[in-house]
Amino acid sequence: MTQTRNLIDENGKRTDGRTTDELREIRITAGVVKNADGSAFIEFGMNKIVVAVYGPREVHPKHMALTDRCVLRCRYHMSPFSTDTRKNPAPSRREVEISKVMREALEPTLMLEDYPRAAIDVYVEVLQADGGSRCAGITAASVALADAGISMRDIVSACAAGKVDDKIVLDINDTEDKEGGADMPLAYMPHLEKVTLLQLDGILTEEEFNKCLDKAIKGCIMVYEVQRQALMQKYFGNESELREEQ
Amino acid sequence: MSSSKRSTVIVEHLRRQQMWESISRGKRLDGRNLDETRVIEIEPGVIKKANGSARVKLGNSEVVAGVKVETGEPFEGLENKGALILSAEVLPIASPYVEPGPPDEETIELARVVDRGIRESEMLDLNKLVLKPGEIVYVIFVDCSVVNADGNLFDTTSYAVVSALINSKMPVFEIRDGKVVDTGQKVDPPITTLPVSVTAVRIGESLILDPNAEEEACMDARITITTNSDRCFTAVQKGSTGAFTVDQLRRAAETAKIKGDEIRTKLRELTNVGR
Repeated sequence: MTQTRNLIDENGKRTDGRTTDELREIRITAGVVKNADGSAFIEFGMNKIVVAVYGPREVHPKHMALTDRCVLRCRYHMSPFSTDTRKNPAPSRREVEISKVMREALEPTLMLEDYPRAAIDVYVEVLQADGGSRCAGITAASVALADAGISMRDIVSACAAGKVDDKIVLDINDTEDKEGGADMPLAYMPHLEKVTLLQLDGILTEEEFNKCLDKAIKGCIMVYEVQRQALMQKYFGNESELREEQ
Repeated sequence: MSSSKRSTVIVEHLRRQQMWESISRGKRLDGRNLDETRVIEIEPGVIKKANGSARVKLGNSEVVAGVKVETGEPFEGLENKGALILSAEVLPIASPYVEPGPPDEETIELARVVDRGIRESEMLDLNKLVLKPGEIVYVIFVDCSVVNADGNLFDTTSYAVVSALINSKMPVFEIRDGKVVDTGQKVDPPITTLPVSVTAVRIGESLILDPNAEEEACMDARITITTNSDRCFTAVQKGSTGAFTVDQLRRAAETAKIKGDEIRTKLRELTNVGR
């Protein structure tokens, strides 16, 4: 990718005024879709994503059922109005791939063996896209899964790191993704300390790769705090602040 | 919609246990060491009608890749670059579990991950493939057909693409009186680096390289890492339903770098080009 302008100014500030270690503003609300068994709405920078979880429920078509565990189904979809130029609503190859990596990022945390012959459906709808929508989608999806009361080993938090102007930065935004050097989305289980999603495009030396890995994991831990608060807020309301103090 | 499913290649429970035991002792069921890749065979230029081609075997996995060079409009937003279009298809002849029809999510992932490795490493200098900026550029098609599937299609397909591109001779086009004409000359494509993808899978707590179909059916998690000639990382894709520790990822990255160099030398040798 060719760089057209400086994306980090002389004060170390990025195009949106953040430092290299700062996340965009994140807001998560759990339980926004009343009909769903679990749901979450996330605003991650300019991303606006709503996730609904249905299940565990009967599998349709029935032949897809697995006798020893639950089927996890995942759909990542972008609304036609979510991008600068209208996106064709038919699923693109990119969305098919993201649906797959998203499912594989969530699956390690779910105790699918608890619900044999059933299905859990995770619908991720991107209403407004800004760089890093797969990470924001995974983050919201795991809040929605927890909200649905599904047995989980841990929560999954996701965040990207990357290279902009030869510096390793946290949480690449849309401009940096399109004009910058490298983008590395990562999903992480903060308690089990395991990585469930890792992708990279762009060129990194081994040192930069390792730095990116560390930075993205630090970002995931910050994301985790927001997820935790969203769940506390839904289940304990204003009481959650009191519990925090204790 | 992406859905969890049972593995298509069925490995009996006893065989699976045998595999786990064998791997924990540092040997695989086909006799390889954990970090041993299968033998690579390359037959460059098998398709005379293509501008470049290669038939690559990695053990029993086999892929034929062909390059076709045409002209056309550039992609939106990339007006001053040639277009690279990569496709991959797992043919119904490749395994008893493949059916003809539109590509499933695994095939889409295969094509996209191989594409990412080639594109992000900037193997082809697309800036040199422009005829009339913003209007007419070279369009390089690389189409891959999986002829026999025995695991690690990511690496097999990636090596086939790289070999076919090294092997290719591009027709030289010119614009005369507003029309594109073939001058009849042939040149080497503008290759800047050789990307090499290395796939490792985790079975239990062991990382093994270049899994065959049986091992893929038993894997917990997969990671594909592409490096370029400068030993930099250019693409990564984690796959399958398990997770990795950070330490395992660092080890996989280190291995991808070392093995990548070995395989790059082999690709150069086998396609007889000293780039």
